[in-house]
Amino acid sequence: MELFKIILLLFLIICAIFTSFSKNLLTSIIIYMAYSLIMSIIWILLKSPDLAITEAAVGAGVTSVLFFVTLKKINAVKGDQTDEQIEEKL
Amino acid sequence: MSRLKKNYERSFFYRFKKWVEGEYDPFDGKLEIKNTNRVKKELANHTQNPMEVFYQEEEEEIEHATEEGLKWYQKIYKIVSVVICLSIISVLLITVSYLPKIGNPDNPDNNEVSKRYIEKGLEETGATNIVSGMILDYRAFDTFGESNVLFIAACCVLILLRYDFGGKDSANLKKINAEANDRIYEPKNDVILQRVAFVLVPMIIIFGIYVILNGHLSPGGGFSGGAIIGAGLILYLNAFGFKKTERFFSQKTFKWTVFSSLTFYCLAKSYSFYTGANHMESGIPLGTAGNILSSGLILPLNICVGLVVACTMYAFYVMFRKGGF
Repeated sequence: MELFKIILLLFLIICAIFTSFSKNLLTSIIIYMAYSLIMSIIWILLKSPDLAITEAAVGAGVTSVLFFVTLKKINAVKGDQTDEQIEEKL
Repeated sequence: MSRLKKNYERSFFYRFKKWVEGEYDPFDGKLEIKNTNRVKKELANHTQNPMEVFYQEEEEEIEHATEEGLKWYQKIYKIVSVVICLSIISVLLITVSYLPKIGNPDNPDNNEVSKRYIEKGLEETGATNIVSGMILDYRAFDTFGESNVLFIAACCVLILLRYDFGGKDSANLKKINAEANDRIYEPKNDVILQRVAFVLVPMIIIFGIYVILNGHLSPGGGFSGGAIIGAGLILYLNAFGFKKTERFFSQKTFKWTVFSSLTFYCLAKSYSFYTGANHMESGIPLGTAGNILSSGLILPLNICVGLVVACTMYAFYVMFRKGGF
């Protein structure tokens, strides 16, 4: 169990570093989602399941979805077509 | 008279007024900005007469001087930022090293407050989940503030992102078209997404309801359950589009649900605080601990908080996506 905890904490630090250092915004949001999931497992190991549920629902779910929507609004997702491009195709 | 006017033009208020109206930029010509036109000018030099070239070279010398100052400034800026960052990190680390050890019985958090919560919590609140009993009974006022913060955040997002469908000038029409396109393409008619949502959404929403209703018995409660229901609604919206969700969730639904649950929370908690502060019997039965219908006000308050959170999460998404309901 001790080893498992150490691995989780290491992953947490790696995720935190790469969230801020990745060049692509989409990648950094997905790494941030992974960070939240690892954090929720750590909350369970720290015996606070209430926080774990909230972290999984808010951190990994709703916040990341809002980030995705914002990226789409400002057309920052690479390879994603804007609505005008789709219209031209139709 | 003219002197008066001049004084007025130099006054702080006049400049502030101009800045508010957008006529005057206080940073204009005072900020150091990198010059990107230099290469272009050098290319253009070859085709001009010698007199102009002379003038431009003179100009460039001045520019060169400022550019060197800019380089020096940027170097200092980097060094200073790294130093500030390192000093803040070291201060925080030193503070952490002074914190008491985890699990030490002499820690300041092991005082009579937590002792009372743990020993008498079940008896006084009737909730098997101590956390729920704490946040919705002993500290219900904090939770009320949190729900209000969520509501105010939703209002702020509404003010910032709401789209006004009123005007009819060309820029406005363009915006309306863009928003409409966003809505038309929302259901991408993705078969995999629709099938998965068809199976998952009911389960997610039922799980959220379970988490809310069992908030006083098992881990969870209003906030987490509401977030789960909100996520389920967002998934449903993504799969099936706005037309399907508008049938049961409009701006009116959002307004009335949030308003009535916040009002109910406020009234119920005011009543129990009033009776508690005056040492009166509140008349709310606590029931047997462990049943669904027990622990007095905690269950209805959990439902209120869950409704507020679910509506706010969904409203955030809709306003980011569409700019209104």
